[in-house]
Amino acid sequence: MAFIDRTARALLLTELVAGMALTFRAMFKQKVTLNYPHEKGPISSRFRGEHALRRYPNGEERCIACKLCEAVCPAMAITIEAEPRSDGSRRTTRYDIDMTKCIYCGLCQEACPVDAIVEGPNFEYSTETRAELYYDKEKLLANGDRWEVRLAANLAAEAPYR
Amino acid sequence: MTAVVDTQEEETPIKTYTVNVGPQHPAAHGVLRLVAEMAGEVVERADPHIGLLHRGTEKLIEYKSYLQAMPYMDRLDYCAPMAMEHVFVLGVEKLLGIKVPPRAQYIRVLYAEISRLMNHLLCITTGALDVGATTPALWGFEEREKLMEYSERVSGARMHANYFRVGGVALDLPAGLSEDIYSFTETYPKYIDDLDALLTNNRIFKQRTVDIGVVSKEQALAWGMSGPMLRGSGVPWDLRKSQPYDAYDQMDFDVPVGLTNDCWARYLVRMEEMRQSVKIIRQCLEKMPDGPVRTDDHKVTPPKRGEMKRSMEALIHHFKLYTEGFHVPAGETYTAVEAPKGELGIYFIADGTNRPYRCHIRSPGFAHLSALAFMSKGHMLADVVAMIASLDIVFGEIDR
Repeated sequence: MAFIDRTARALLLTELVAGMALTFRAMFKQKVTLNYPHEKGPISSRFRGEHALRRYPNGEERCIACKLCEAVCPAMAITIEAEPRSDGSRRTTRYDIDMTKCIYCGLCQEACPVDAIVEGPNFEYSTETRAELYYDKEKLLANGDRWEVRLAANLAAEAPYR
Repeated sequence: MTAVVDTQEEETPIKTYTVNVGPQHPAAHGVLRLVAEMAGEVVERADPHIGLLHRGTEKLIEYKSYLQAMPYMDRLDYCAPMAMEHVFVLGVEKLLGIKVPPRAQYIRVLYAEISRLMNHLLCITTGALDVGATTPALWGFEEREKLMEYSERVSGARMHANYFRVGGVALDLPAGLSEDIYSFTETYPKYIDDLDALLTNNRIFKQRTVDIGVVSKEQALAWGMSGPMLRGSGVPWDLRKSQPYDAYDQMDFDVPVGLTNDCWARYLVRMEEMRQSVKIIRQCLEKMPDGPVRTDDHKVTPPKRGEMKRSMEALIHHFKLYTEGFHVPAGETYTAVEAPKGELGIYFIADGTNRPYRCHIRSPGFAHLSALAFMSKGHMLADVVAMIASLDIVFGEIDR
C-alpha cells in the first residue's frame, strides 16, 4: 500500500503542485514591500542613527566637555578639545566625530551625563565624498537644531527605562 | 583553468585542473575562497582559504575595556548577533562571580532565541536559494525583518545591538514589545509550515540535499562539530540542555536529532529547532518575572540616570565605569553557549585590570568549514554549494 501511495505521489507531482499552489496563493496577498524613498519602515525611540549635539532651550550648548564619550568610544571616533570660555564656563572648542570610524554602538549617548551627544533618528546622511563624513562641532550642533523635536521626544519616551 | 589531454595514448588520462571559487561568489556565503581540484566535474580536493574578513577582533578586545569590547562581539556572527554577546557577558560574569537578576536572564534567553530564529531563517532560505529555490528566501526575509524590528525596538539597532551587558541587559523591554513578540509567535509557525510545504518533500530540493555531504557520527565528533551539524549526525548534544545557562534550565524544549547525516537531515534539524525556539520564546514571555534588568552592583553596571543626577556617589560610579571600566579579578575561564551555529566558546584570561589579558573565541564555523574538505571529496562541484549552505558558515566568526 505504501508503495502504491508513494508511486502515485511521485507520478502526480503532488509536492510540486502543492508548493506551486502555495506560491500562487501568495500572489493575491497584500504586498509587504515598501516603496523606499517615499515609504519608510517604522523606527523606535531607541534607534541609533546619525549623531547630534543638543542645546538647552535657551540656546546654550549642553556639552560640558567632560570627555566621557571620547573615553568610552570603542572606535576612538570622537575627538574633543576644551578650554574655559570667557564667561568661565567649560565648553568644547572642538568636537569632531569621524563618522567613517563610528560603529554606532550607542555608548557615547549612554555615557553622556547631560544628554548632549545623542544618536538621532536620521539614517539618511550618505555623502558623495569621504570628507563630508568627518563631522565637526558646527555640523553636529546643526543636526541637533534640525532634529531637536524628535530627539527630545525620544529622550522623554526613554526616560523611564534609563 | 587548464586541461591537458594527452592524445597520444589510447586511454586519455585527464589531468585534474584547479577551479577557484570565490571569494566573491553568491554561493560562498561571504568571502570564502575555495580552491577546488577537479577531475571533470568531480571534486578531488577542496581547500578552503580563509582570512579575507579577518579584523583582529581577539587582539582588539585585549585593548578595550570589557564594556567597550561588547560591540565587537556583535560583529562576529552578524546573522545572530545577540548569541555572540551572550557568551561574552556570561564569561565575564563567571570571572566576576556576579548573579544576574532573573528578569535579565529571561530577556537574554528571549533574545538568544530570537537570534536563533534569525540565523536559521537565513541559513535555510539562502541554502534553498543556492539549490535553486527563490521563494523561501523572499518569504524568509520578510519574517526576518520582523525579528530585526524587535531587536531595533529593544536596543536601537537592527543587527549590531550592543544590548547585553555584564550584569544584565542595557535597558528593559519597552512597553508593548512583549505583546508584539507573542503575537509573532502565533503567526510564525504558519510560516514554518509554508516553508515545510515548499521544501521538505520537494523532489528538486531532495535531489540536491539527500545523501549530499554525509558526515557520520564518528566524523562529526572527530572534527569537533557542534550544533545542528552534530545533531544532524545523530548526536543529541545541546549545551542548553547539558549545561544550562541563564534561564534555560526553566525552559521546556526538545533537542531534534537528524537520522540520515546529510544536508537534508541538517535542514530538518534546523526546521525543528525553529519550532522549539518559538516554544522557548513563548515560555520566556509567559514566565517573565518583574524586577531589575541589571545587577545593582554599581562597580559593574551604571546607576540609573535619575540617581546619577542626584547622588554624588552614583555620579562617580558613572564616570568611573565609562572611563576606566570595571576591574575583573585575575583568573581564567572557558565559557560556551549553544549559538545557532554550534558551540560558541570564549576563553578569557583576566589579569585583574579593566581589560582581558587574552580573549580567544572558539567559533563553530571554523571547525565546520575545516570539514568541508572531506565532505566534498567525490561530489560534484554543484553539491559543494549545497554543503557550504548546510555548514551554515558566516565569515564574521570564522575569520574573527
